[in-house]
Amino acid sequence: MKMDFMGVHHIMTDRITLNYEVSAEDFTRAGEASSDVKKKLKQMGVEPSTITKVAIAMYEGEINMVIHAQGGQINVVISPDEVLMKLADRGPGINDIEKAMEAGFSTAPDNIRALGFGAGMGLPNMKKYSDEMQIETEIGKGTTVTMKVFLS
Amino acid sequence: MDKFFTSVQLDEELCKGCINCIKRCPTQAIRVRNGKACITKKFCIDCGECIRICPHHAKKATYDPLSVMNDYEYTVALPAPSLYGQFNNLDDVNIVLTALKRMGFDDVYEVSGAAELVSEMSRKYVEKHKEKWPIVSTACPSIIRLIRVRFPNLLDHLLPIQAPVDLAAAVARQQAMEKTGLSTDKIGIIFISPCPAKVSAVKTPLGIDKSNVDAVLAIKDVYPVLLGFMKEAVDHIEDLSISGKIGVGWGNCGGEASGLLTDNYLAADGIENVIRVLEDLEDEKFSNLTFIELNACSAGCVGGVLTVENPYVAKVKIKRMIKYMPVAMNHLPKKEELQKAYLSINPFWTSRVEYEPVFKLGDNLKEGIEKMSLVEDYIKKFPGLDCGACGAPTCQALAEDIVRGVAKEKDCIYILKQKIHKISDEFSELE
Ligand SMILES: Nc1ncnc2c1ncn2[C@@H]1O[C@H](COP(=O)(O)OP(=O)(O)O)[C@@H](O)[C@H]1O
Ligand code: SF4
Ligand SMILES: [Mg+2]
Repeated sequence: MKMDFMGVHHIMTDRITLNYEVSAEDFTRAGEASSDVKKKLKQMGVEPSTITKVAIAMYEGEINMVIHAQGGQINVVISPDEVLMKLADRGPGINDIEKAMEAGFSTAPDNIRALGFGAGMGLPNMKKYSDEMQIETEIGKGTTVTMKVFLS
Repeated sequence: MDKFFTSVQLDEELCKGCINCIKRCPTQAIRVRNGKACITKKFCIDCGECIRICPHHAKKATYDPLSVMNDYEYTVALPAPSLYGQFNNLDDVNIVLTALKRMGFDDVYEVSGAAELVSEMSRKYVEKHKEKWPIVSTACPSIIRLIRVRFPNLLDHLLPIQAPVDLAAAVARQQAMEKTGLSTDKIGIIFISPCPAKVSAVKTPLGIDKSNVDAVLAIKDVYPVLLGFMKEAVDHIEDLSISGKIGVGWGNCGGEASGLLTDNYLAADGIENVIRVLEDLEDEKFSNLTFIELNACSAGCVGGVLTVENPYVAKVKIKRMIKYMPVAMNHLPKKEELQKAYLSINPFWTSRVEYEPVFKLGDNLKEGIEKMSLVEDYIKKFPGLDCGACGAPTCQALAEDIVRGVAKEKDCIYILKQKIHKISDEFSELE
C-alpha cells in the first residue's frame, strides 16, 4: 500500500531495515551501529529489557568484526515480531566454532587485551542475549553471524 | 504540578533565534520556531547547558528573589556545599554560616551536615543491595530526569535515598518548629542553590511526595551580599558548622562516592560524559563497580550554572578547605540532636521513579516501526548538513519532528529552495 504523508511518497511497511558499514580502520568507532539501533528501538517503543538484549548481542558481534575480522556490514530488520541482525565480515573465518563459543576462549592479541577486550565472553554473550543464533564461516573467506531477538 | 516542570525558561525578548542552544542541548529539547527558541518541557532535564551557551543571555533559571526571606516569620538558610567553593582563602566555613545569619536568616543548617548522614546510610544500603550494583547516585536531579526519559533499564539502579538538601530541610523544619513553637507555614526553609535543577526538584520532586524546602535562592544572588557580611562576621564567628570532609566534599565531583569509603566506584561529571557512562552501563559494560556517582555539571555542583567561580578553581578551593577538617561530624555531640531528628524522618524514597517514554514515536510497536521508517524516508531527502536553519539541531531531528506533526518538510531550506526553483521554472515557461 502506498500513502502520501505530508509530501513523502511512503510505502506502508511493517518492518524497517537498517544497514551499517563497520570499519576496522578506526577502533574508536566500534559500537556506533549498536548504539544507533538501541536509540531507534527506544523511539519505536520496544520494551526496555528487550532493547538491552539486542544492544549487547549486537555490540559484541560488532566488536568481533572490528578486532577479529576487517570490518564488514551489519543488516538489521525490525518487525513487530522480532529484531533480525545479520553481521557479515570478510575476515579470516573461525577455525573451531565450538571452541570459539566456550566462555573465556579468545585469540585476541595482547594490544587488544590491553584495551579491555578479548575476555572471550563475546560469543557466549551473543548466544545468551539472542533468542536464536547461527554462525556461518569459511576459513579465509569470512563469517556471517545471524541473530534473532523476539519482540513479543 | 506539571510532572515536566522545568526551571529553565526563555526570555523571548533577548532571544535572537540563533542555533547555539539547539546544538548544545544534550536531549535535543530545544527548537527555534518563528524566530524564537522554544523548549519542549518533557524532553528538558534542567541541566542548564543552554544557559551556559546562550550568547544573548536569553535562557534563565527561575528561582526566588532574596526578598522571599521576608515572607516568613522565621527562616533557616540551607547552604549547598558548593557555596563554600566561591570564596578566596576561606579557611573556616563558620564565617560563611555566621554571615548568613547576619544577612537576616534566623538560623542556618548545612546541607553538608545532612550529606554526611546520607553517606552513612548509603554505605549501609550499598552493602545490603549487591543485586543492584552498581548503584547510581540520585543527588543530582538532572541525572534522575535524564534516566527517567532515556535509560529505563537503569531505574532499578537508582539510590532510593533522599538528596541531602531534602533531608536537611526536613530536619531543619522540625528543629525550627520545636525551637520557636511556630506553625509550619510561618517557617521558611530556604535553600541556597548552585543550579536550576534543584529548583525543579523542590517544585516537582521525584522519589518523595513533597520537599520541605520552601524557597530556592541562587548562589550568585546571595554571594555579593554575603561578602559584605563575611567581613563583619570574622570578628564574631559562631560555631555553627555540622560537617567535615565527607559532607563538604559533596560539592565536588567524586565527593559523594568517596564518602562511601570504597574504591570500586566511578564518578563522572559533565552531562555529555554522564550520558556516555549511562550508555555503557545500560550495555552492561562495567563489572565490579559498586557505585556510580554522576553530576550533570563539570567538576560537580561547584560547576552549577548559578555559581560564580570557575568550577575547577572552586573545586580546588574546597579540596584545600577540607584538608584539615575532621572526616565527618556525624558522631560529635553537637550532632546528637540531629541524629535524633533524623531517626524520626524516613530518609528513603517513598515512591519509585517511573519511565517516561517521551521520545517514543508511536503508541505501539507497529506504529513505532511505521513512523521510524517514515523518519528514514525523510532523512534521505534532506542534505545531511545538520545546519540548524530549520530550527532543529539535526536533519534527523527535523525528520522526527515532521513525523511527530510539529514541523514541515519545507522548514528545510534546501527543500524550500528546490520548491522555489521548480515554481520559478514553471513560471518562466508560462511567459
Ligand atoms: N567475526 C569473527 N571472525 C573471526 N574470528 C572470530 C570472529 N568472532 C569471534 N572469533 C573468534 O572467536 C574467539 C572468541 O570470540 P569471543 O567470544 O567474542 O571472545 P573475544 O572477542 O574476547 O576473543 C575470538 O577470539 C576469535 O578467535
Ligand atoms: S551537578 Fe549539582 S549543580 Fe549541577 S545540576 Fe546536578 S545537582 Fe545541580
Ligand atoms: Mg568478542
